[in-house]
Amino acid sequence: MGEQSNAAVEKHGADPLAARIGAEARERLRAARVGVAGAGGLGSNIAVMLARSGVGHLVIADFDVVDESNLNRQHYFRRHLGRPKVEALAEQLRAIDPAVCVETHRTRVTEANVRELFAACPIVCEAFDNPEAKALLVEQLLTDPAGPVVIAGNGMAGTGPAAEIATRRVGRRLYLCGDGVSDVGGGAALFAPRVALCAAQQALLAVRLILGEEGMGRDGR
Amino acid sequence: MARINGKDDPGANGRTVAQVLEALGFEGARVACELNGDIVPRAEFAERTLSADDALEVVRFVGGG
Repeated sequence: MGEQSNAAVEKHGADPLAARIGAEARERLRAARVGVAGAGGLGSNIAVMLARSGVGHLVIADFDVVDESNLNRQHYFRRHLGRPKVEALAEQLRAIDPAVCVETHRTRVTEANVRELFAACPIVCEAFDNPEAKALLVEQLLTDPAGPVVIAGNGMAGTGPAAEIATRRVGRRLYLCGDGVSDVGGGAALFAPRVALCAAQQALLAVRLILGEEGMGRDGR
Repeated sequence: MARINGKDDPGANGRTVAQVLEALGFEGARVACELNGDIVPRAEFAERTLSADDALEVVRFVGGG
């Protein structure tokens, strides 16, 4: 280690994130486990933001491979084309923070496996593109009394104003991020900034839940 | 009076969740319904009848992610 690196360690401590956010918050984030269901435009961006925020454990499920048509909004690079998304994403997350534990499942999330896949996660970010799959995940995880808080992405297609993307709580264990109406099925395209706005709200809410700044639906909160 | 998505709905009393969804023009496969804070399993949409003090929250999912 050169002199400059020693000076950096002295200035920021061995953990620069802890120096910025405080040891307690750092520890809560490090101990947290968040599920990400789908590794497309929402899921890939959510996972990257959570890794940067110091979330220690991520469980990511997706069946798909990286396609050229994904590169306009999903957090992948040309070199990832043809590779399973969960693999390409895990590689990026470890490049951001080698300490992050990434559990990947290259599988289609279904009614039959969704509870098991995310059984160890107190928080799950729903990041599918298909509305039926979104509804199914919410139903399966929320009808399980021991299930997680679900943060679903709903409505981020098109080029509508950023302020229309919002986060709201609709149940004890259900939060929604998005404008609630912009449907890709209506012919609207998906643009990186608006998809990332929605992903950022989902990731921010996960961080807020981990830090105790939002209710998890337990103890009346 | 039963409340649907936070608004009093005079027509909802006595209707099933499935009938409320139909009246709203929502497809059952694309929604999540919470009755008084608890999620209603899709299999029970046709059986659960709303009474006067019920509050139903319907989330309609759209595509894109």
